[in-house]
Amino acid sequence: MNSAGSEIWLAVVTCFAAVFTNNILLTTFLGMCPFTSVSREVKTAAGLGAAVVFVMTCTTVLNWLAYRYVLVPLQLEFFRYILFIIIIAAFVQFVEMVIDRYLPRLYYNLGIFLPLITVNCAILGASLFMVIRNYSFIVTIGYGFGSGAGWFLAILAMAGIRQRLSEARVPAGLRGPGITLIIAGIMALAFIGFTGVLN
Amino acid sequence: MLEFFLTILIISSIAAGLALLLVLCQRYIVNYGLCRIVINEEKELAVEGGKPLLSILRDRKIFIPSACGGRGTCGVCKVKVLQGGGPILPTETPFLTKQEQTDRVRLSCQVKVRSDIRIELPRQLLSVQEFVCICSQIEDLTYDMKRFRFELKSPQTIEFTAGQYVQLLCPRYKGSSEEVYRAYSIASDPQQKTQIDLIIRRVPNGICTTWCFDVLREGDPVQLNGPYGEFCLSRTDAPAVFIAGGSGMAPFVSILHSMRNARCRRSVHYFFGGNTVRDLCLLEQMKEFEHDLEHFSFIPVVAKPAEGENWDGQTGLVTHAVQRSFKDLSTYEGYLCGSPGMIDASIKVLTELGMPADKIYYDKFA
Repeated sequence: MNSAGSEIWLAVVTCFAAVFTNNILLTTFLGMCPFTSVSREVKTAAGLGAAVVFVMTCTTVLNWLAYRYVLVPLQLEFFRYILFIIIIAAFVQFVEMVIDRYLPRLYYNLGIFLPLITVNCAILGASLFMVIRNYSFIVTIGYGFGSGAGWFLAILAMAGIRQRLSEARVPAGLRGPGITLIIAGIMALAFIGFTGVLN
Repeated sequence: MLEFFLTILIISSIAAGLALLLVLCQRYIVNYGLCRIVINEEKELAVEGGKPLLSILRDRKIFIPSACGGRGTCGVCKVKVLQGGGPILPTETPFLTKQEQTDRVRLSCQVKVRSDIRIELPRQLLSVQEFVCICSQIEDLTYDMKRFRFELKSPQTIEFTAGQYVQLLCPRYKGSSEEVYRAYSIASDPQQKTQIDLIIRRVPNGICTTWCFDVLREGDPVQLNGPYGEFCLSRTDAPAVFIAGGSGMAPFVSILHSMRNARCRRSVHYFFGGNTVRDLCLLEQMKEFEHDLEHFSFIPVVAKPAEGENWDGQTGLVTHAVQRSFKDLSTYEGYLCGSPGMIDASIKVLTELGMPADKIYYDKFA
């Protein structure tokens, strides 16, 4: 009982770490492609962010199970890259179909973003990190959710900044992706301030 | 060795299992059954649901003009969806104005047909058909323009109004890996229903014009669809000014044919601009039209005759020639076809000469 309790505590800590100190977008710069292209409006950014939270949580859990109960017993750990990608792609497709059919309202808000994140490297990255760092099942849930939430937070902040920036006079050469990458760098610096909060 | 094959087998079977799952989902979950599409409250189609409106209509031979082929990047395939289209998607908003959004205009490539749906299409789109033709004649008009004649095979006849255009399918060939459609105005007599002419000017590195000039030969099969467009002569008696350059000649040839057929007595001045004398074409045919049409005159204008070229007609820009010929155009109608630069310059000159903006009709090459 005590060990389960400490596991859950560890999962919560890992989750917070993934949001703030180890933000997958701002410390490892994964998932930059949708981050730069879909961060023009807060509303769309929130939709995409929510989709990432959902997909990341589910795929890290699925991949943990696949790794632990298929690859490790068969000694095929080196195949995790391929297997993880296949599982992520299949899962996203499956979810898209189900939402499309049974939850049309949700589909219009969330579903149209799903194909965009099938090939998002942040999703694959989270699954690979959880293997490298040897997380247990419960910690993996916390980590997957936290990474997704961290990405959500980052793109939401970026969209808010860019919405304000649309009124500003940006030098011609920096408009669009250029200024976005600079902002991302400054945001990453700000997030470094959280280092040491959790240890 | 055994281990090697076993590994491949295991990974492949996992992938195959997931693929099978998806195929089953596709079969049983994403199955919308039959949906009804009601067009303009009169025509009704029963279709298999689950696909974008644009491609469903295309399968039923209703062609909505679209430049990007359904990827949601061109914003051309707009259609009014009155009922059953669901809310406007974020992928569409960049292409729709506020007015269009309240008018329920949608991009047909983004609207998925999930249930019964009611849409409104311009009536002329319903007469758009797909034609299989044979290229029967290719004729040089100038050094960089050719006239292509296409015999219609199936269906065998076409109904169009002079001034309309067709979309020509340029297939894959050595040098281009994708099929593209390009729009060209019809340059033949609307009474000639079994064949159409297109006048095409070579565009350096153009996908479709390169194919037409270098690959297409007489006797080759060709696919096109149409007719489209609203660039037609108005039903008034007002005197008109036509201005064209290059292959902008095409719609006017057709319009002049239709005027001759109707024994039209409207006054028309047709200014045709070229850079040098060798850019001018169809001068003989224009002479015939001048002879047959009582109040028609053709005014070729050469910007700058090349050295050694013998030219006794008007020189300078085509817009300058218009300025020289007219003082007041307030009772005239203007018809323009050519490059965007030429059209913008012509509109400026025509409005300066008093022509009302709503009497200027144009077909811009884009």
